[in-house]
Amino acid sequence: MTMTDQVGLVIIATGVLFDLLGCIGMVRLPDVYNRLQAGTKCVTLGVCLILTGTAVMADATPIRLKAVLCALFVLITSPTAAHALARAARVSGIRLWEKSVADQFARSK
Amino acid sequence: MPQTAFALFTAVLLLCCVLCLYRIARGPTAPDRTVGIDILGTVVVGFCALLSLVTGKDYLMNVALVWALVSFIGTLALARRLEWQHDND
Amino acid sequence: MNRLILFVLLFLFWVVLTWTAVPPGPAYLQDVGAGLAAALLVTWAVGEKSGTRLAPWLQPQRYAWAIVYFFVLAVYVIKANLDVAYRVLHPAMPIRPGIVRVKTRLRQPAARAALGNSITLCPGTLAVDIHEDGTMMVHWIYVRSLDEAEAGRMIISRFEWFLEKILE
Repeated sequence: MTMTDQVGLVIIATGVLFDLLGCIGMVRLPDVYNRLQAGTKCVTLGVCLILTGTAVMADATPIRLKAVLCALFVLITSPTAAHALARAARVSGIRLWEKSVADQFARSK
Repeated sequence: MPQTAFALFTAVLLLCCVLCLYRIARGPTAPDRTVGIDILGTVVVGFCALLSLVTGKDYLMNVALVWALVSFIGTLALARRLEWQHDND
Repeated sequence: MNRLILFVLLFLFWVVLTWTAVPPGPAYLQDVGAGLAAALLVTWAVGEKSGTRLAPWLQPQRYAWAIVYFFVLAVYVIKANLDVAYRVLHPAMPIRPGIVRVKTRLRQPAARAALGNSITLCPGTLAVDIHEDGTMMVHWIYVRSLDEAEAGRMIISRFEWFLEKILE
């Protein structure tokens, strides 16, 4: 096992760990907005790290290029999807968790 | 990639998928389920990349790319539908 | 001009996706032909409507700042993940969530979109909505200030500075 393989393996392991943390957060946290926070942040970084690790370990150029492209794509689209979902949830009247401290939301025209 | 490492990663990612499915099944509201679907889609992209690395088949990387695209557009469509449903009730 | 850029980008994406289109590939000509046809079709279908300006794309300092910004963002993303890990694994879950308002001075749609994505990936914050006048609704997992100006300093000032140089 070469040095690059070991580095790639560590990167992938970190990514998988963050994926798991994100999913645990999504199950444990109380309302849709908090779940979205944990899920989006951790799973985005986790998947980006898995893809980076793939790019490091892969032996063929097309796999590497596609992995980098895919990582950039996930990095851009995942927060956008989270934003759309949070907005949809708030607009459709989902209340925040009862112990929340503020709700200054106002709908745009 | 060593077999044990691959088995471990697969087990953990499957656990992630199960947690997402739990969120989809339990709800309690429609946006909660949609969050589960969105996150599940992103986890599967990572899964595809891992599989492509182990099998050395580069078409699985195409699956990952297209899955990322389709899951993004699907989430946007579901979000838009939630808003639309509220406005028309 | 916009169409030409879109066409080139689409074709490059096609070449990466179907790797056989690179010269020693088995079906070189067919793949290039199919890629050109598909890119043309999409360019035609999208049409001439987006009002992107060309001049900012030709200023090299924007690319330099974008690279710096990437690394700054990477640090925040890692911090954000450790923060989530702490809140999720702590038995009592130390959260104090709420939706607060902040006001951004960025005007360009691309800059605003990048700001929203950046704060979503940042510790404890999630962009919910933005109004025409720049008022943003941000869900904060641990609210530390309800004042618009103070919350703005805590949440968005650090990115606004960079994004003004890159995308405004």
